[in-house]
Amino acid sequence: MQTVFSIAVDALAYGMVLFVISIGLSVTMGLMRVVNLAHGAFAMIGGYIASYAARDLGLGYGFAVLLAVFGTIVIAVPIERLLYRRIYGAPELTQVLMTIGITFCIIGIANYAFGPTLKTVPLPLALQGSVDLGFRSIATHRIFAIACGLAVAAALWYLIEKTAFGVKLRAAVDNAAMAAALGVRTEIVYAVSFAVAVGLAALGGVVGAELLPVEPYYALRYMVTFLVVVSVGGAGSIPGALAACLVLGGIDTAGRYLVPEFGEFFFYLAVIAIVCVFPRGLAGRAGQ
Amino acid sequence: MKRTVLAALAALIIGGVAQADTIKIGVIGPFSGPFALQGKNFKAGIDAYMVLNGSNVGDDDIEIIYRDVPQPDPAQSKALAQELVVKEGVQYLAGFYFTPDAMAVTPLLEQANVPLVIMNAATSAIVTKSPLAVRTSFTLWQTSTPIAKVAKDAGVSKVISVVSDYGPGVDAENAFKKGFEAVGGEVVEAIRMPLATNDFSPIMQRVKDSGAEGLFAFLPSGPTTLGFVKAFNENGLKDAGIKFFAPGDLTQESDLPALGEAALGIQTTFHYAVSHDSPENKAFVEAAGKAIGNPAELSFPSVGAYDGMHVIYKMIAATGGEQDAQKAVDAVKGLSWTSPRGPVSIDPESRHITQNIYLREVAKAEDGSYYNKEIATFEKQGDPGLAALK
Repeated sequence: MQTVFSIAVDALAYGMVLFVISIGLSVTMGLMRVVNLAHGAFAMIGGYIASYAARDLGLGYGFAVLLAVFGTIVIAVPIERLLYRRIYGAPELTQVLMTIGITFCIIGIANYAFGPTLKTVPLPLALQGSVDLGFRSIATHRIFAIACGLAVAAALWYLIEKTAFGVKLRAAVDNAAMAAALGVRTEIVYAVSFAVAVGLAALGGVVGAELLPVEPYYALRYMVTFLVVVSVGGAGSIPGALAACLVLGGIDTAGRYLVPEFGEFFFYLAVIAIVCVFPRGLAGRAGQ
Repeated sequence: MKRTVLAALAALIIGGVAQADTIKIGVIGPFSGPFALQGKNFKAGIDAYMVLNGSNVGDDDIEIIYRDVPQPDPAQSKALAQELVVKEGVQYLAGFYFTPDAMAVTPLLEQANVPLVIMNAATSAIVTKSPLAVRTSFTLWQTSTPIAKVAKDAGVSKVISVVSDYGPGVDAENAFKKGFEAVGGEVVEAIRMPLATNDFSPIMQRVKDSGAEGLFAFLPSGPTTLGFVKAFNENGLKDAGIKFFAPGDLTQESDLPALGEAALGIQTTFHYAVSHDSPENKAFVEAAGKAIGNPAELSFPSVGAYDGMHVIYKMIAATGGEQDAQKAVDAVKGLSWTSPRGPVSIDPESRHITQNIYLREVAKAEDGSYYNKEIATFEKQGDPGLAALK
């Protein structure tokens, strides 16, 4: 029984880190219909900014996180205006080629500017060390990651389902021409959602830095994992992404604890099974 | 007409060899991509050697030609080696960070009449694949065997072994198991985890549940070691008094700034620490640090490359610049010298380097940086892996 709890705690923490990083990708892929392979690259930029702010400038953790999120958005908005705007509505192959190109450029720049070594984001005292749960101990920053994941899920759900902006976004996604005819400024809606997605990527990059350390090849190393989470969850669905992260995190963690020699076998087996049964992902909307 | 052209061509080629006053060395390694730092270390070691010892041997100038294989890719490595030999006319092949890349090249050596000097690839078997292969780095067997004795001496008799599931990981696991059982210890469980593992928390939970008093671990140098060491601490294994043993790949110098506090006190055995205290090493670190740009990026492949160049210079001196691979290799059998890592020699039988293996502990320097502090020496270690192959 203790083993089950133990696995569950690890799975929850790992799943939530995946969720925070991947949810932005779910927004771009599901709502904006852009297969953004450069998503991991933006998460990496966030990690680098936070690391630079906290380690080299000596700023506080909270401030470093904010700086990472807004700094990444500032870097990403011109990229959106100059490059992404051309591929909205383009065939997926064009999008993939464009965004993988952007990824490689960002990797090259990161390598040149920060060097090939690992960068860490020093944690504040409050998040260091571990907390005793009675049957085992868990790192405090993992609890923080779980909290971040829940907060992000709630905030995004509220933004998309309950606000005027969410209504405009959903309208622009379902029928851009009609939404524009009704007076919705679709390019602004797109720009804002792109900024939100990138900001979430950066947040994920910083919060998840303890598990997925920041280095130039971050953007490629975890690309498949992020894409899998989004496609299993159903692009654009927040509950779907949440469910996918928890299910996949659970399977991955349990597999690694019980039969590590099978590697990622069970992870991908689960992915294949879910995609067979739910081709649009766990919560994908029909007719997309 | 055709015959004249051929004859002219032949004369040109023969003439070219006879007058050769530039000797080319082809170096294959990862110079771009995720392992570029290790390739950069190759380059730094080679540059340092040429700065300290000149870029010529006798009358012959030395020219290095680099070829890039970003990730383990035997086919690409073989193709590039062929190109180097045929088109560039290199007399020596060197470098090779990954075992499969070095393995792929060994069948070419005899026909090409070219010696191979391996500057890193660390699986024992490579040197048995060709009599023209010489290695100046280390093997996992060589670095992982002494730590077994260290563990036993620290009063640990039950150890769990956790390694990355690929060639060198399996080598490390076997080497430790053999060494540890020889001194009366017991490996209670051996876990092989996939190379792409990000979250080590479940593994640590298993380590805890196994009831072992010590952990032996091997992961390739790089990003994953950070997660592994942190998971070890955060899951309370350090506080529970479980001792952490590993070969030095886990705490390579260029990863230490990131590992920092988390790695403090971890004991590893390895053939080289940048902090090694000797005049040879001081000169080396200064020259190599300058060559690499940022001295904090200096780590073990640089010393493998430096000593590889030493071996090649000796080969060139022994053959007088003529291309004779067998003579060149024979000339360095039994060669001994003082490397930046300490006294070393080339074992005449295996053509692998015999060297001291050091027990080190991650410590904090006065200026707040972290380094591998050498605390004990295992002298003149050969490669126990070759005996295990037989």
